Amino acid sequence: MNKKEPLLYISKRESITWQKSWMIRGIAILLALVFCGIITMLLTGLNPIEVFSTIFYGAFGTMRKSWVTAQKLAILLGISLAITPAFKMRFWNIGAEGQVLIGCLACAACMITLGGKVPSALLVLISLAASLAAGALWGFLPAIFKAHWETNETLFTLMMNYIAMQLAAYFIIVWEVPKGSGNIGIINQNSQAGWLPVLGGQQYLLTILLIAVLTGFMYVYLTYSKHGYEISVVGESHRTASYAGIKVGRVIVRTMVLSGAICGLVGFLLVSGNDHTLTTTLVDGRGFTAVMVSWLAKFNPIGMIFTSLLLVVLERGATEISSVFSLNHSFADILTGIILFFIIGSDFFTNYQVHFRKAKKEVE
Amino acid sequence: MKKILAMVLALVMALALVACGGGNKSDFKVGFITLHDENSTYDLNFINAAKAACEKLGVDYVIKTNIGEDQSCYETACDMADAGCKVVFADSFGHEPYMIEAAKKYPDVQFCHSTGTRAHTEGLANYHNAFASIYEGRYLAGVAAGMKLQQLVAEGKPAKIGYVGAFTYAEVVSGYTSFFLGVRSIVPEVTMDVTFTGSWYNEAAEKEAANKLIQGGCSLISQHADSFGAPTACETAGVPDVSYNGSTKDVAPNTYIISSRINWEPYYEYVIKAVQKGEKMDPDWTGTIATGSVELTELNTDVAAPGTQEAIDKAMAELKAGTLHVFDTSKFTVEGKALDSYKADVDSDEAYEHETEVVSDGYFHESEFRSAPYFDLTIDGITLLDTAF
Repeated sequence: MNKKEPLLYISKRESITWQKSWMIRGIAILLALVFCGIITMLLTGLNPIEVFSTIFYGAFGTMRKSWVTAQKLAILLGISLAITPAFKMRFWNIGAEGQVLIGCLACAACMITLGGKVPSALLVLISLAASLAAGALWGFLPAIFKAHWETNETLFTLMMNYIAMQLAAYFIIVWEVPKGSGNIGIINQNSQAGWLPVLGGQQYLLTILLIAVLTGFMYVYLTYSKHGYEISVVGESHRTASYAGIKVGRVIVRTMVLSGAICGLVGFLLVSGNDHTLTTTLVDGRGFTAVMVSWLAKFNPIGMIFTSLLLVVLERGATEISSVFSLNHSFADILTGIILFFIIGSDFFTNYQVHFRKAKKEVE
Repeated sequence: MKKILAMVLALVMALALVACGGGNKSDFKVGFITLHDENSTYDLNFINAAKAACEKLGVDYVIKTNIGEDQSCYETACDMADAGCKVVFADSFGHEPYMIEAAKKYPDVQFCHSTGTRAHTEGLANYHNAFASIYEGRYLAGVAAGMKLQQLVAEGKPAKIGYVGAFTYAEVVSGYTSFFLGVRSIVPEVTMDVTFTGSWYNEAAEKEAANKLIQGGCSLISQHADSFGAPTACETAGVPDVSYNGSTKDVAPNTYIISSRINWEPYYEYVIKAVQKGEKMDPDWTGTIATGSVELTELNTDVAAPGTQEAIDKAMAELKAGTLHVFDTSKFTVEGKALDSYKADVDSDEAYEHETEVVSDGYFHESEFRSAPYFDLTIDGITLLDTAF
């Protein structure tokens, strides 16, 4: 019997070098750009090169644009770093949106109620502590339920988002000025009480530096610390962890409190350092985008710098495209969607190998 | 590393050149910031006026849509100043504090904010507010609604109308009260239910609110919220609708009667011309029927009652002549009493005190002490179903 080999078959890769995996991703991005170019030409008749240069201009065209891009990068990276320990533990925390927002709310509450009553520097510290505590609480609740009663953390964290959002909406009405406007406006606009100090004349520098330090800390924490090791073991299997003498419940709660607190920190940075206001859309879906950032980087904090940069540049560029070419914002979303599809799709090729019948050599 | 940096820098500069080289019609550039995009009737009204004014005056413009009421407004305004815009306009109330921050940062650029309240007290030479006496337009739209309601009442429908508002904010209160007074000038026994959505743009909530009012027995609906939600709900239910910000005839051909809107074109032209000539501008500008800022859109004669156009023309002539005042204190009562005196919150201070007497000569002087509306009373005949927002 001469059994014919199939035309192509797929096998799981044993391992892959990091160079190879980044090369595959690079090819995916390149293909995505070509595809976007074709779509752009077909749908709008615009020159795709011009569209891509506009994306780049939108993110880095002027000093101001570059700073804003860096700030947005820092915030998205911060949230991604926050959820990573939980994800590494296979605790599907999709509540970062709410954990950040509750941090924003706590910070705004301190700034509004204590503005002018305590020195500004002290107010910044109080707001920071309140934001960390609020975020930590939002992480603690789903964790304690998971640890003790095996509740579903995905639903739990998701629902906590809505609670945070409704609380924020409620307090916006409480604090709105003038009455009925649905707006808080800039908090302490004249006194600047509780505003994060400005370093070297650059409003966002301190935020960026703090997140940079956090990135280093998270890398070390996950890779070299005992906690980090426990997180990976719990992520592999709760039973193995128990057998090895790790208190699984404790690790879950500890990790989620950390996760939530870092989200709270990001909320603090948003309100005290960036927007100086509270709106229900302040986090702007970044709690969910962070899941993608973390996942695409395979939970590696250093890799996350690049994945969050990619997403932020796309988003900033997309906004620029829609105004420069008078296209609806949806067109920019289409381009972002295409690029993400290719990048996520490329994951398949880093995990699996495709073999063709004729070719002796392996083809990717 | 250095090599890469050099390459990146070179690329940035090359691209910057490409991006700047594109189609400069004029060296005078104007920037517009809007909260939503053209899917919102409110923002669409601004966008259309912006394009029309700039094209008429032959100046270059850039429009940035979907800019939130947060730091992104400041960054966008500064970005426009960086890009050489001489004037930056923003269209949403919540943009105001960020526009003020940008005005402080760029003293040579003019920042103009529609619906804001702080320019006349802030003391910044390059920051300005504008609005229009839209309550007059609302009143006239109310007259058209009254004519229709009169017809409906004759057919046996209840003399009750509904209003979908966004927030319990003075701009909304002033709007629905003037609309109601317009209706009541035709149908004296009319009552009105008002409900609030808590958002300037929420299609689902506005649709739901309109449906709630229709189920509550309202024979006619109007709105002050910016999506097509309420007009669409009215079209489905077959209930006549008086719209705002522009005609909604396309989505509601069988129920749309008329709409009032602020035409921002005269203001934009006024500002651009003043800046071009280097003239001083009003820190707080109020458009009127006379300046062409207050407009009614096309009357849908298929839906409107006969004689509507004549009734509108008559009221319009009286408003122009000054013989008719929308907030005539002999025409309404508050808690059963006539309004002899009222202090409104005109000057924005930290405490938001009500400090300015606005009732005199037998009427409430709306939009005279500052452009943004400040009529925030609930008059008899209007029932607020909820005041959570």
